[in-house]
Amino acid sequence: MKTLVEKHPLAIRWFHWVNFPVLALMIWSGLWIYWANDVYRLGWGNTTLLKFFPQSVYDALGLGHQLAKGMSWHFVLMWVFFLNGLGYVLYTVFSGEWRYLLPTRHSFQEAIWVTLHDLGLSKRPLPARKFNGAQQIAYTAVVLMGLGSVLTGLAIYKPVQLGWLAQLLGGYETARVVHFALTVGYVLFFIVHIAQVVRAGWNNFRAMVAGFEVVES
Amino acid sequence: MLDPIPAEASRRSRRSFLTLGLLGLGGVGGWAWLNSRPAVSGVPGPLRRVLDFNGRLNQAYLKETRLAPEFARSRASTPRVNGRIGLAPPLDPATWRLRVLAYGTDQPHEFTLAQVMALPKTEMITEFKCIEGWSVVVRWAGVRLADFLARYPLATRSGRPANPLSPPADLAPYLSLITPDAQYYVGLDSKSALHPQTLLAYEMNGQPLSNAHGAPLRLVTPLKYNIKSLKRIGTIAFADTRPRDYWAELGYDWDAGH
Repeated sequence: MKTLVEKHPLAIRWFHWVNFPVLALMIWSGLWIYWANDVYRLGWGNTTLLKFFPQSVYDALGLGHQLAKGMSWHFVLMWVFFLNGLGYVLYTVFSGEWRYLLPTRHSFQEAIWVTLHDLGLSKRPLPARKFNGAQQIAYTAVVLMGLGSVLTGLAIYKPVQLGWLAQLLGGYETARVVHFALTVGYVLFFIVHIAQVVRAGWNNFRAMVAGFEVVES
Repeated sequence: MLDPIPAEASRRSRRSFLTLGLLGLGGVGGWAWLNSRPAVSGVPGPLRRVLDFNGRLNQAYLKETRLAPEFARSRASTPRVNGRIGLAPPLDPATWRLRVLAYGTDQPHEFTLAQVMALPKTEMITEFKCIEGWSVVVRWAGVRLADFLARYPLATRSGRPANPLSPPADLAPYLSLITPDAQYYVGLDSKSALHPQTLLAYEMNGQPLSNAHGAPLRLVTPLKYNIKSLKRIGTIAFADTRPRDYWAELGYDWDAGH
């Protein structure tokens, strides 16, 4: 017989689906800003493995010559990103949802097992829990990254009035690099996240929208 | 016979996906609506109001005693020349004067470079931060704007000196700086103007300012993006409301404060 099992609370679904387009627009407007001084690369000496970004990327996405527009959107949407993220963290703390999300001392070992399973290198079945160790680490890490984006963002937004913060984060230039690296991190998170959602299937995806899973019992 | 669970599942799914779809449409609609609002200085009105709110928040938090970090002299280098607006007419250092319009009366007072340089010399080695995102450590020397306005009390209606630590009640809330040809103009709040690291600079890295870097006298302040650090000052005036600002008119934040 099939039964409906509640999975994701309504509040968490709202926080998730508000965050998705807002973070996307923060990244987009951030690219409008970054274009004006696009100095970062992966490489050493005169060897560049990956330039952020080749001209073709700007051309393809139409990212150039919009610094003022990028800054104005970025400094408006930062409030939505911050308040939504704060709401999410407070909700998980007071509702007890944090118990499912925070990694435990077993999470790292479990994450290796989950990774081997997902790569097809292990036949051992996945742990039957709301969030396995790999998910706990990923979902907690991405919230910490959000906090990192807020703090490094504030440090480069007001480097004198919040000078203590900028110094704590290694100075204005370093804070800017970290702010950018975290953004690359979101994109990598997004790619893995989407791949996993596709693999996990409809029942799992529907739970993030409608809240429940249909379980055979 | 109909299975009751899938019926409930599809009913709840339908409702939730509909809500998500409406949220998406609302987002796209909201984005389109915001972009369609009449622009205020190049930015859709509602966005401009949030930027101004951010600016007021920064003003409320700003303290004169918070200083931008200073660096070792060996770190100092020369910033690239980014803006030449206002520098087109040839400069004659012999006839150049700093014009200051007294607050309230707009009566012009003229100063030679020698008169400015006669005031106490202040040096600072600070990060010069361009709004484009790059920054360079530069060693500046000049006269604190606060020292200038203490010696020549033109920023108050009463003629009292503009002491930054206990600003007189009739201190002008805003300052405007304009190049001699009036092509480049900048507005500053008086708190930032009287900050001890806001200089009327005449030297960069130990040398008199070059033309491209704003000879004979320019503004330098690490409290703002340096779109505010106007080169080749012609006129300083005072105002009750935010003065015109070249880049703010082109869609940038008026406060641009750090």
